[in-house]
Amino acid sequence: MASSFSRILSSKRNVGILSLVGGSVAAGFLLHREQVTAGEPLRRRYPASAEYPDLRKHNNCMASNLTPAIYAKLCDKTTPNGYTLDQAIQTGVDNPGHPFIKTVGMVAGDEESYEVFADLLDPVIKERHNGYDPNTMKHPTDLDSSKLHSGNFDERYVLSSRVRTGRSIRGLSLPPACTRAERREVERVVVDALAGLKGDLAGRYYSLTQMTEKEQQQLIDDHFLFDKPVSPLLTCAGMARDWPDARGIWHNNEKTFLIWVNEEDHTRVISMEKGGNMKRVFERFCKGLKEVERLIQERGWEFMWNERLGYVLTCPSNLGTGLRAGVHVKLPLLAKDSRFSKILDNLRLQKRGTGGVDTAAVGGVFDISNLDRLGQSEVQLVQTVVDGVNYLIECEKRLEKGQDIKSGPA
Amino acid sequence: MAAMKNCHNDYKMKFSADEEFPDLSQHNNHMAKVLTKEIYAKLRSKSTPSGFTLDDVIQTGVDNPGHPFIMTVGCVAGDEESYEVFKDLLDPIISDRHGGYKPTDKHKTDLNFENLKGGDDLDPNYVLSSRVRTGRSIKGFTLPPHNSRGERRGIEKLSIEALSSLDGEFKGKYYPLNGMSDAEQEQLIADHFLFDKPVSPLLTCAGMARDWPDGRGIWHNDNKTFLVWVNEEDHLRVISMQKGGNMKEVFRRFCVGLQKIEEIFKKHNHGFMWNEHLGYILTCPSNLGTGLRGGVHVKLAKLSTHPKFEEILTRLRLQKRGTGGVDTASVGGVFDISNADRLGSSEVEQVQLVVDGVKLMVEMEKKLEKGESIDGMIPAQK
Repeated sequence: MASSFSRILSSKRNVGILSLVGGSVAAGFLLHREQVTAGEPLRRRYPASAEYPDLRKHNNCMASNLTPAIYAKLCDKTTPNGYTLDQAIQTGVDNPGHPFIKTVGMVAGDEESYEVFADLLDPVIKERHNGYDPNTMKHPTDLDSSKLHSGNFDERYVLSSRVRTGRSIRGLSLPPACTRAERREVERVVVDALAGLKGDLAGRYYSLTQMTEKEQQQLIDDHFLFDKPVSPLLTCAGMARDWPDARGIWHNNEKTFLIWVNEEDHTRVISMEKGGNMKRVFERFCKGLKEVERLIQERGWEFMWNERLGYVLTCPSNLGTGLRAGVHVKLPLLAKDSRFSKILDNLRLQKRGTGGVDTAAVGGVFDISNLDRLGQSEVQLVQTVVDGVNYLIECEKRLEKGQDIKSGPA
Repeated sequence: MAAMKNCHNDYKMKFSADEEFPDLSQHNNHMAKVLTKEIYAKLRSKSTPSGFTLDDVIQTGVDNPGHPFIMTVGCVAGDEESYEVFKDLLDPIISDRHGGYKPTDKHKTDLNFENLKGGDDLDPNYVLSSRVRTGRSIKGFTLPPHNSRGERRGIEKLSIEALSSLDGEFKGKYYPLNGMSDAEQEQLIADHFLFDKPVSPLLTCAGMARDWPDGRGIWHNDNKTFLVWVNEEDHLRVISMQKGGNMKEVFRRFCVGLQKIEEIFKKHNHGFMWNEHLGYILTCPSNLGTGLRGGVHVKLAKLSTHPKFEEILTRLRLQKRGTGGVDTASVGGVFDISNADRLGSSEVEQVQLVVDGVKLMVEMEKKLEKGESIDGMIPAQK
């Protein structure tokens, strides 16, 4: 391929491939923080103290951790691609947050952001991920779905099962910072690889710029179509630039494996089915992910991953596994029980409405999923969901019979 | 001041112009009509001394394809130098938007209110209120799409200093958006003075709402007839207004107030951005020249339904809007009528068109109320 991409990225890809081939020692060396050189420093007109944002009304992880000292230290730095601290924190400055909901308040523009701005990102990661310290801890990756047990739910309660994650293509900037050319390259790389999927994974790609009205309606009916982001959390981070250029949706013919291209991350990978067979959903998820990874590696690309942070994604909240495994489950009696929230907490689960994040539950049906992303593997997190949802269903059954429940499994 | 490099733009140069050229196939704005691959290739490596680049200029136009009937500009300036560095793109856009204005044309500035004829006798039974607004940019600072928090705060500080030295009919007070009391906020809303965080994607995609409400505020005189917005879509928006039809007085106050403010900024070595080709330099190319919109809220219930209404407005070089401002509908037959031109004619000339045109239209309205024809009154193209 004679495009400028193969020229400029070949060096990056070689580095990445070395880290795979060379084993953990080489990987450790290559991924050692000091090896990442920052880009050319910014020259600024005003001193850091004049530029420090007013965060007095703010309640997000960035605002809690960005001291004037950290700002002064980092504000002149840039990543090799030219991404800056001000860009990384803009979304958190523009969106003070909510007194009850603590948003992250910053994003990464590229893989190197997590190194160059580590003095801010490390405490943010620690706060968001329950004390996980990227300097000292390692994140386990485990996509062996055979380890999952009891993953078949009572379908009188569980209406659907779903697992999603994200993957970033190493060597290309992330959605807040990517240029049009980079975004188009992400699309090309991913779509090219997906065309190699076979059997139950075989499918096709629908580009947002080229889909017909009929295709669009079908995707809406299937609940697959994603819209231009309206949330200011995303738009203030620059993720909706150039919409809908190089955005699209791929899904398999059976409509059980779906990939979003260039929405909030390079790719969002979703496995889903009606009913309670989370085991099968997770099997397809792992198989599909590994297949896609193999196909992009054949073409000289790889996913952004390292052993401190796991899979690298745009939002620090999605580091590690980037995984949200969940079900739509009927829990009308439990929903009315005052212990419901505490039970969920103990199970390390969260509830959402059936429209997804920031929606309300309808008819006692909840979206229940894992809270954690980083510090535990995919298998561990999905097991947590399986065990937790089974316990919730047990509680609901007990309440139906007028029996009492405990706020946590024995 | 050291030139600030846009590191990200250097990185982008590794990709070809073709790979980066935006998809404008669905677009209908001035930028999309003018930007060719050749112009893009020529300008993409350039950056103003403060680091504003071509992609920064056009982002709002790429993100907002436009409307089949309304032609938006689709680009913004990040600083005074944008209009020079990106001439090859902006000159043709300016020409399209401003009636064929050429790169060699000179713009006339005339803020001598005594040159306005009439304007003090618009019938208050029809003309409910009169208003003149413009914008000003402060030399030495970059513009709202680009400025940093430090710069924006610097602009605010300088503006407060300048405005608080005004006296007489211009004596007034500054209300920073961050920190106004609930009571103050209620009052400013009731007075129709308060501006909100921009929601229009035309502005947000250009980066003008960053860090809101840091560095933003409203200043007005005690009489509530002279008002300045700080750091909204431009560094300063200056507004003179009052109920009724005395546009002459509104324009007098406008000119006097503006000139007083300008003197003070000049003393601080930060005069207004202006040159003899483009007049006053503002963020949006549509506001170059005078940046002036002089208008009235006027009852034209009958005339507005006349088949020749649009043509009359065009010939008078006027435009209509609803009483909520741009992009709103008229309510109860009351329209906001203002000058359509900004660049290539002076402040006095533009306000004269409003004064003369509105006077004529009110007479037409009266005729129509009496059931008489207005065919003999249709004006020639001004």
